Amino acid sequence: MTANAHALAAYNQRKGFLSWLWTWLSTVDHKRIAILYLFGGGLFFVIGGIEALLIRIQLAVPQNDFLVGSTYNEVVTMHGTTMIFLAAMPLVFAMMNAVVPLQIGARDVAFPFVNALGFWLFFLGGIVLNTSWFLGGAPAGGWTAYAPLTTEFLGTGSDFYLLGLQLSGAGTLMGAINFMVTIINMRAPGMTFMRMPLFTWTSLITSTLILFAFPPLTVGFFLEFFDHIFHANFFNTAKGGNAIIFEHIFWIFGHPEVYILVLPAFGIISEVVATFSKKRLFGYTSMVFATVLIGFLSFMVWVHHMFTVGLGPMANSLFALATMTIAVPTGMKIFNWLFTMWGGQIHFTTANLFAVGFVPTFVMGGVTGVMLAVPSADSQYHDSYFVIAHFHYVIIGGVVFGLLAGLFYWWPKMFGKILNETLGKITFWTFFIGFHLTFFPQHFLGLIGMPRRYFTYFPDEGFNTWNLISSIGAIGMAIGAIVLVINIVITTAKGQKAAGDAWGIGRTLEWSIPSPPPEYNFAQTPLVKGIDTFWKEKMEGNKKVTPAEPLGDIHMPNPTILPFLMSIALTIAAYGFIFANQTSASRPLCLVIAAFGIGLMLLLMLIHSIKDDPGFHYHKEEIIEIEKGAE
Amino acid sequence: MDTANRQSEMLDYIAKQRRKRDLQHYWVSFALMIVFTVLAFLAVYFRKSINDYLIAFFIVTMAVVQVIFQLYYFMHMKEKDHGFPALFLYGGAVVVFVTVLSFVTIVWIS
Repeated sequence: MTANAHALAAYNQRKGFLSWLWTWLSTVDHKRIAILYLFGGGLFFVIGGIEALLIRIQLAVPQNDFLVGSTYNEVVTMHGTTMIFLAAMPLVFAMMNAVVPLQIGARDVAFPFVNALGFWLFFLGGIVLNTSWFLGGAPAGGWTAYAPLTTEFLGTGSDFYLLGLQLSGAGTLMGAINFMVTIINMRAPGMTFMRMPLFTWTSLITSTLILFAFPPLTVGFFLEFFDHIFHANFFNTAKGGNAIIFEHIFWIFGHPEVYILVLPAFGIISEVVATFSKKRLFGYTSMVFATVLIGFLSFMVWVHHMFTVGLGPMANSLFALATMTIAVPTGMKIFNWLFTMWGGQIHFTTANLFAVGFVPTFVMGGVTGVMLAVPSADSQYHDSYFVIAHFHYVIIGGVVFGLLAGLFYWWPKMFGKILNETLGKITFWTFFIGFHLTFFPQHFLGLIGMPRRYFTYFPDEGFNTWNLISSIGAIGMAIGAIVLVINIVITTAKGQKAAGDAWGIGRTLEWSIPSPPPEYNFAQTPLVKGIDTFWKEKMEGNKKVTPAEPLGDIHMPNPTILPFLMSIALTIAAYGFIFANQTSASRPLCLVIAAFGIGLMLLLMLIHSIKDDPGFHYHKEEIIEIEKGAE
Repeated sequence: MDTANRQSEMLDYIAKQRRKRDLQHYWVSFALMIVFTVLAFLAVYFRKSINDYLIAFFIVTMAVVQVIFQLYYFMHMKEKDHGFPALFLYGGAVVVFVTVLSFVTIVWIS
């Protein structure tokens, strides 16, 4: 054994809270980072959900005074921002971290250090944003933070938004680059691109979209940050700036963002539907083609968020056309899922219920999407509850249903225990019915003229009944979420232990290894013989996938605390800038603190560059031992 | 044994020639890049006697050529196994080009 392996062994023996905390703070293992993302994202999902409930309480009856004016604006802004950036994105990354390396037969991601850094930046960015509640008020300019409202007319809450999202955005960008490199370079022998499972494909395309979409967001926020903290005039029309350009920058990011979220959900649905129909995915090639096409088109449609700005009939009609085009590859996907189920041996597990529930729900969101893509009609729908209904159908019906399907499907792989199916089905039905009850009436509310972002309405406007139904539906979704949490607790305490092939009908490589997998994932790198290679091997009567290499020592990276410290350094810098704007007396001191944070970051980068990580080895004997224990 | 020896000598020779040729390429492209830069400055210097749009077009062309030299000769994109960097570079370039094109042609900004 090398010294490092001894260190690792000693480390596993140490007990107590602090050493447990240390293991999680310094981990670079993609499976542990997936769990961190899952609980980080889950935490913010609960916070965003509570904010949603507050909104529904306020709107349940007319002329309610539960959340008035600015407070309501803050809650709405934080609900949107939290759900998109701090709940949906990390949950997508949780799934990618947990599954992608296993699906391509890799032992880790390409850059484990960067992976950890990405997580901690996201998490601390989210914390920075949420501390605004206690430090002078949350941002109130909507999740889009349009200029000049955010830069000139709102208080210091906007600083938390800009700096917090800048941090978590940097983390997301890093995560994306990491996954692109991992998927392109670290596939097992025989895993050609056209043999990759569909979730891996969608992860690759999503990472590419993040790579191209997040830099505009960073630039846009940077300009707003300069406007707000250093009194620049990028978006100040009175001094020659241009406010419209921020809308463009935001939506050049913002539209790809919805596909960044929904493509991995498409991937999850493709895996779940195929597995639980006991059939190969119908139209694999067309699925890949549709995914790539959606990714490409997503950059050509941003103006459909701005039809009412007045960009002229030419711009509006061309972007309307481009937008409607996206319905074609999406429709291909819908039909492929239906044909996968057609004639299959469908198992209605909780995961598959979410997948099956996803299909019609997402189609409804898609149909209202095509309606909104017509510029003349959009002038009527714009800024009404119709839009709210549309994007909640797409984001909850698409992304959240997909993520929940993935959560139930891969939970045994991540934690080694199968979530309780009875409680799971209760979660599905309460969540599904609650969701439709909440958001279906909002279509009508929008069509009869209820504007979005208003904190109340009068009793004689005809909005009462639909709003009340909507608020009652929200309770259903809350019950579903609470049952899920109870399910997780019960399963962790006394769940049924999962086999490697937890569902018995797994098709892809992640099911060919123990649940949860050992730190090195694959004792021997597998040899991939086709699409759904594990299924292929099982049909040939093999219990295990053919290995591509003899059993040997495995080299692994050492855990390191540096990513966490780097994120702390940038958090210090972010708070420095935020407080520099709050009182002019302490401004110089705060800027010095910000500079200190950045300096600390550079120092830590230097340390990381100089300090060599030799890693450690799992030796052949240890691996044989571990593999025996797993069986 | 003798043939093997001769073969390795041959390979050595080929590798040496290749390095020599690469170095030549470096020097030639380096010199060309300096020439292009000087030409761009000269074009601006004689701005009174040349059409403005022609100057702008000329400078941008020089810049594009320099970027290509930079990528292919100095950043090794002409070598094998650079398909993905090329795909993403050109993919990104196409997306940026379409975005900018839509701004200058159909999207109103003022």
